[in-house]
Amino acid sequence: MKKYRLHLMICGGTGCQSQDSNEIIQALRSELQKKGYEDEVQVVKTGCFGFCEKGPIIKVHPDNVFYIEVKPQDAERIVAEHVIKGRIVKELLYEEPTYHEKVEHQGDMSFYKKQLRIALRNCGLINPENIEEYIAVDGYLALGKVLTEMKPKEVIELMKESGLRGRGGGGFPTGRKWELTAQNESKLKFIICNADEGDPGAFMDRSILEGDPHSVLEAMAIAGYAIGAEKGYIYIRAEYPLAIHRLNIAIEQARKYGLLGKNLFDSGFNFDIELKYGAGAFVCGEETALINSVEGGRGEPNAKPPFPAEIGLWNEPTCVNNVETFANIPPIILKGSEWFGKIGTENSKGTKVFALAGKVNNVGLVEVPMGVSLKDIIYEIGGGIRNDKKLKAVQTGGPSGGCIPADKLDIPIDYDSLKSIGSMMGSGGMIVMDEDDCMVNISKFYLEFTEEESCGKCTPCRIGNKRLHEILERITMGEGTIEDLDRLVVLGEMIKDSSLCGLGQTSPNPVLSTLEYFHEEYNQHVVHKHCPSGVCKALKKYQISEEKCVGCTACAKVCPVDCISGEPKKRHVIDPKICIKCGACFEACRFNAVVRP
Amino acid sequence: MKSLEELKKIRERALKNVDIRRSEDGSGIKLLIGMGTCGIAAGARETLNAIMEELQVQDVHDVFIVQTGCMGHCHAEPMVQIDAPGEAPIIYGHVTPDVGRQIIIKHILEGELLEDHLFTKTHHRI
Ligand SMILES: Cc1cc2nc3c(=O)[nH]c(=O)nc-3n(C[C@H](O)[C@H](O)[C@H](O)COP(=O)(O)O)c2cc1C
Ligand code: SF4
Ligand code: SF4
Ligand code: SF4
Repeated sequence: MKKYRLHLMICGGTGCQSQDSNEIIQALRSELQKKGYEDEVQVVKTGCFGFCEKGPIIKVHPDNVFYIEVKPQDAERIVAEHVIKGRIVKELLYEEPTYHEKVEHQGDMSFYKKQLRIALRNCGLINPENIEEYIAVDGYLALGKVLTEMKPKEVIELMKESGLRGRGGGGFPTGRKWELTAQNESKLKFIICNADEGDPGAFMDRSILEGDPHSVLEAMAIAGYAIGAEKGYIYIRAEYPLAIHRLNIAIEQARKYGLLGKNLFDSGFNFDIELKYGAGAFVCGEETALINSVEGGRGEPNAKPPFPAEIGLWNEPTCVNNVETFANIPPIILKGSEWFGKIGTENSKGTKVFALAGKVNNVGLVEVPMGVSLKDIIYEIGGGIRNDKKLKAVQTGGPSGGCIPADKLDIPIDYDSLKSIGSMMGSGGMIVMDEDDCMVNISKFYLEFTEEESCGKCTPCRIGNKRLHEILERITMGEGTIEDLDRLVVLGEMIKDSSLCGLGQTSPNPVLSTLEYFHEEYNQHVVHKHCPSGVCKALKKYQISEEKCVGCTACAKVCPVDCISGEPKKRHVIDPKICIKCGACFEACRFNAVVRP
Repeated sequence: MKSLEELKKIRERALKNVDIRRSEDGSGIKLLIGMGTCGIAAGARETLNAIMEELQVQDVHDVFIVQTGCMGHCHAEPMVQIDAPGEAPIIYGHVTPDVGRQIIIKHILEGELLEDHLFTKTHHRI
């Protein structure tokens, strides 16, 4: 086979595919053929590079050039300039938002500089539909090592030493979980990979499965060997068709290569994997609910204990781990627990992938060592706040987490520090908010979500969250009272204490944390009926300032309900009884005369 | 899969197809070739292909070919510049396909300069 001198890696993740990355691949191939370069240049469809907002992305090897927002019609000049003449297409380079300079190499982009990729190591580097590319980057070497050189106990010991904790939200030590499951004697045991990913802002598990499915399969087999299980299930939401497709291809290839199936590496160990599809209910990500759902029952949680490690799937010992947790395992086996232990903080080792979103310049998937500060993530990797606005808060942990105020951005993020300030690591959602976001509204959004997703099995969660939501709704409508604020706290604490599963036990967190850090904003809503960020529509009052108005009539022209009166060159007035608070006059006035107090 | 050896064999084979994607770590030798209009007119593409072929024949994996635009000495095209980590760049001029092959065999593999084809000799020897 002829060696290709250039590799064009095109992101084939869900995000980029929805933006025509398949068409780009076709256009590049036909352009290369037209110019007679198809034997010199390889076009590879990869997994996600993480920089989804700027997708579709093309990375060129070996010159390491990184193109963003590529369109099918750009194929021609990429081939004519870059492939044929070695000239970089400057227009397709990324421009740093802070100092307005074009950057050629991925490693020089501020978005990537502070990242450390362990779980995402192969995303964007290999073709996920080709097992040999995974093998080329040391794939299945960890499984081979474990099966030929290590006893199950040694594997568990190594995992314990590494300090790896579950990335699905709880942060339970993975080695310890394996040990507990291994201790329970039984002929039948199971490994389950939790790919339910229900947090509305998170998509790291999907990206790993799409970009590097074999790493999860390999790690599941390693876990199976460690605890004594021969069967694994991947519980994945049916809304992830591309991940399912790639997993199916990967499983089939692994079987063909004898990396799944009977007597792997001639060790006598058998392991195989099957997919189970979830309907995408948030609560089905909770492990006992997930097990019920795999068994074909209702996706409702059970009381713990007993833990799945004792009584799990079909009442047999079962170990449930998250996708990202699994993706960390092969490198730990190959590089050792000491290497892994050097990354991160005292009690949180390794890296965490976050889905950075909201009002930052660079949004996408970022993987950073534990212990990095929120400030670094937002201002270095994220490139700062959009439109030079002021940061107000950062939401982490999704519906189970809380809002962290701007003055706490210096804390090093890990499981424990986030908990100590009323938030959570959760699955890694991270939403940045600026002065235009209303904290009452944000908590209302999350409560709406939990109310909808509560399975209804226990009263505090079913009724309690509904009440919390109602109170928040009242406050945003301008009908809240100061007593409502106390009610939120009392009720919230009650729900946390008395709910059966993690959903109810954490659902009040968004309300409680915003109440603590943004109390004044709640006060403004209930006492002064005023929403400082101007989000709560019912509380908006548009007025025209006497001093500033020059009578230019611009506002009156745009008002859809004609409620602004005044003669030209004289002060204009809004009739509050007719005003529908659409904000058009506010936008139209060039003299800042329209105010929304 | 019966043994680690079997896996490693597949790995060796597969690595040859993806090794150029690992150029990022900065350990390999960079071979720059001028592919401006002048370079192409002077036969840079044929040279490039000959170099690629020789790399494959010799089973060399730590050399990464990077095209650049015109190097500014159009009369001496095709030009090839070799950047080894921690060493001063060496530039060859008038690199025909044959000279290209010799660069891989002599310069890269044996560490010998092709004195006759040097464009500029820096003060450092390799
Ligand atoms: C309401 C709820 C939803 C959850 N959703 C997920 C999920 O989508 N993915 C996941 O891996 N873990 C989820 N978990 C955590 C799982 O119960 C379990 O702790 C985890 O899968 C264990 O894997 P880990 O130890 O590798 O993190 C959820 C928990 C709760 C309470
Ligand atoms: S806490 Fe909520 S989701 Fe969990 S079991 Fe109770 S009702 Fe269901
Ligand atoms: S647009 Fe502004 S300045 Fe002009 S009339 Fe309206 S309020 Fe006054
Ligand atoms: S907010 Fe809309 S409806 Fe109210 S005065 Fe302005 S333009 Fe008219």
